[in-house]
Amino acid sequence: MTSDTRYDVIVVGGGNAALCAAIEAAEAGCRVILLESAPRAYRGGNSRHTRNFRCMHDGPLSVLTDSYGEDEYFDDLMRVVKGKTDEHLARLCIRRSEDCLPWMEAHGVRFQPSLSGTLSLSRTNAFFLGGGKALVNAYYRTAEDLGVTVLYDAEVTHLHADGNTVTGVDVAHGGETTTLHGTSVVVASGGFQADLDWLARAWGPSARNFLIRGTPYNRGVVLRDMLDQGAESVGDPTQCHAVAIDGRAPKFDGGIVTRLDCVPFSVVVNRDGQRFYDEGEDVWPKRYAIWGRLVAAQPDQVGYAIIDSKSLELFMPSVFPPIKADTIEGLAQQLGLPGRQLRDTIDAFNAACPADPEQRFHPTELDGLATDGLDPPKTNWARPITEPPFYGYALRPGVTFTYLGLKVDDTARVRSAAGPYTNLWAAGEIMAGSILGQGYLAGFGMTIGTVFGRIAGQEAAAHAL
Amino acid sequence: MPYDDTDLTPKLAEAARQVEICNACRYCEGYCAVFPAMFKERAFGAGDLTQLANLCHNCRGCYYACQYTEPHEFALNLPAALAEARHETWERFAWPAAPARLFQRSGVALATALVFGIAALFWAAAALAPASGDGFYAVLAHGTMVAIFLPAFLLPLVAICIGLRRYWTEVGGQRITLAHLRDAGRSAATMRNLAGGQGQGCNFEDEDRFTNARRHAHQAVMWGFLLCFASTASGTVLHYVFDMPAPYGLFSLPKLLGVPGGLLLTIGTAALVRLKIKADPALGAPALWGAEMAFVLLLGLTGLTGLMLYAATGTTFVAPLLAIHLGAVLTFFLSTPYSKMAHGFYRMAALIRDAQVKRG
Ligand SMILES: Cc1cc2nc3c(=O)[nH]c(=O)nc-3n(C[C@H](O)[C@H](O)[C@H](O)COP(=O)(O)OP(=O)(O)OC[C@H]3O[C@@H](n4cnc5c(N)ncnc54)[C@H](O)[C@@H]3O)c2cc1C
Ligand code: SF4
Ligand code: SF4
Repeated sequence: MTSDTRYDVIVVGGGNAALCAAIEAAEAGCRVILLESAPRAYRGGNSRHTRNFRCMHDGPLSVLTDSYGEDEYFDDLMRVVKGKTDEHLARLCIRRSEDCLPWMEAHGVRFQPSLSGTLSLSRTNAFFLGGGKALVNAYYRTAEDLGVTVLYDAEVTHLHADGNTVTGVDVAHGGETTTLHGTSVVVASGGFQADLDWLARAWGPSARNFLIRGTPYNRGVVLRDMLDQGAESVGDPTQCHAVAIDGRAPKFDGGIVTRLDCVPFSVVVNRDGQRFYDEGEDVWPKRYAIWGRLVAAQPDQVGYAIIDSKSLELFMPSVFPPIKADTIEGLAQQLGLPGRQLRDTIDAFNAACPADPEQRFHPTELDGLATDGLDPPKTNWARPITEPPFYGYALRPGVTFTYLGLKVDDTARVRSAAGPYTNLWAAGEIMAGSILGQGYLAGFGMTIGTVFGRIAGQEAAAHAL
Repeated sequence: MPYDDTDLTPKLAEAARQVEICNACRYCEGYCAVFPAMFKERAFGAGDLTQLANLCHNCRGCYYACQYTEPHEFALNLPAALAEARHETWERFAWPAAPARLFQRSGVALATALVFGIAALFWAAAALAPASGDGFYAVLAHGTMVAIFLPAFLLPLVAICIGLRRYWTEVGGQRITLAHLRDAGRSAATMRNLAGGQGQGCNFEDEDRFTNARRHAHQAVMWGFLLCFASTASGTVLHYVFDMPAPYGLFSLPKLLGVPGGLLLTIGTAALVRLKIKADPALGAPALWGAEMAFVLLLGLTGLTGLMLYAATGTTFVAPLLAIHLGAVLTFFLSTPYSKMAHGFYRMAALIRDAQVKRG
């Protein structure tokens, strides 16, 4: 079936990037339709789970303190991507972030001061009042007020292309598939991390045990379709960004609350009760991203963080209460770990801890309280696990996003084998690999989506009108 | 001791479950006073939850912003959980408890009480008709009114004080200073906790759209009520201190306070009724919807009949209108410790307690 209605701009996806594109195009006077594969209750993709975006600024701006210049921002990015970026696109994105903040405010987003427990970000990251779902709600309101047609439960399955021009968009909605026609098309449908088969093919079968922190609707259907048609790709197809989260988190959509900040104060063992990495290598915000991989490499992709009552209140409260027992053996039993082995591991660790830890222990900075003669060592915050009750958390890898995406230029235009598409733009996670080749910089996902969503919307509108 | 199950009621336990999820999330910190108060704690006992529940103004901002609302398995609905817990605390603290269970849950009970109240006043007017008197006092003698309304005012006041004492003990309140009262008064006067944190208002009117309709309607009702109360009080003072009994002209203190008060009360309650019909009952305590609605209507009726009574001065409508008006006032007074009206007192107590905690 094909639809007779012709749209100026068809936007595929319903998260931050898609909404920014739709709003820009509608404000330019276009007739816009936005196709969101999720039902209304789950609209907004991973954007609904976010809390802030990273923003360059010359002086105090809205809730942001002090200043954060282009070079410092770029250096911060380089540190995490280790050179894997496109400097031109990255700097463009950073520079454009500054006027995104007032634009966001003008389109209904509200900001709040840095959340309690995240003071270190008050200069670089602007927090959304109510979080990402409040942002998404505000954008849907704005888009609808501007006359954008929004379809929920509308999964795009295929883009028809004639050479390097997109001629139609297949959308499955209400039990049938319709081909929609639009002069311009913007794809902003996220990564493929919710397709476990694809993850397993890329990473290996163990990926089936990973938890997906965000939406189950980002299955990379449009990404796959475009790559199959020869669109140019960017980013490592085998990699995903994963952090260690609470092993009891739901398979999808557990979001921010499932994170665990206890590792630096713990002994972390695997299924066999053995330690496998330095838990105190650095402060947690700088290390939490590597623990996803570390746990992923362990048998059954699971780890167990063990603490005693001294440390229980040193980190942000967890969403599920920890497992609790009066003895190490009792804790091992409840966690399903070999009791003797866990006892031996803890004993060996305790014996290697410095003798007078309490005077030197400093939970918020590198205190140099290191084990002696232990392999692997714990190089900071090494206090013996001795004071019952003992507490344990299971850790599992939680995938945030995938790196593989569509390659774009600085107008967000997608490239085919035969040169740039005449009428196809991409924004957000689906093209973020162009800038974020590896690692992650807190708040940069929403910056990429906002900057390139806006650019894509403007370009798509200019082409259509 | 964190994470230990205290003996919470099922409703408090549900509030605790949700609050612990919020405490790991914190995205809603900027909406209202509930979240900063919550984030100071790691574990939540009955006293903490009672305080949080009474601090919540049911603005619903945190519901529409929440990524964990149903169908998500975390099933967050903090406005509803706190509303349920809040009503339970009012029933628990009320003295005696039985009428609270009745009037909080049943709009029919309140309506029945109203019929009895009005009937009582008609009876009083007929049976105790005064030999002489001006204005109202031609219908019901001043002495008779005092005999009815003095106990009807003081007894509920005693009951409220007992409830508030119980509240204060449970939340661990300390000695109240002028500064605490000032902070709390400011929050109440501006309805700060219905302002969404930045003056954009709440999500009561049209799902996730922020509007100030409820805040303004509630302001009208609160100020209208206080003006009416001040009007009555000023009449009492004029009567006893200055020996100037009613009726009063338009440019007298009782009328200058009472007429705008009655107008605000009537318009405000009408607006609240409209909003209550539009808003999603599932984000409050659905079982109490009828009783709450009945209370708002009773309040509106009190304001409206007061105005009508004034308009009817000198006509034959005075007698029946007076009976209806005073019957509504009587029902309102007597049910105060047990109806939705109790929320005003507990809310103030919660704001004072919050000011104490904030000031350290
Ligand atoms: C728990 C969590 C917390 C995060 N916190 C932050 C943060 O604080 N700051 C930050 O900058 N980044 C954060 N991120 C990363 C951030 O979420 C993403 O970078 C960003 O949301 C990407 O936006 P997007 O619009 O490209 O994708 P999404 O918001 O994921 O939107 C993709 C949309 O496309 C739809 N879709 C998918 N396939 C189809 C299809 N075939 N047809 C139609 N529609 C489709 C989806 O339903 C969805 O609506 C976080 C991620 C997670 C998981
Ligand atoms: S209501 Fe939801 S979004 Fe808000 S703090 Fe609680 S869990 Fe987080
Ligand atoms: S409903 Fe409003 S007042 Fe109540 S907790 Fe949520 S945001 Fe705060």
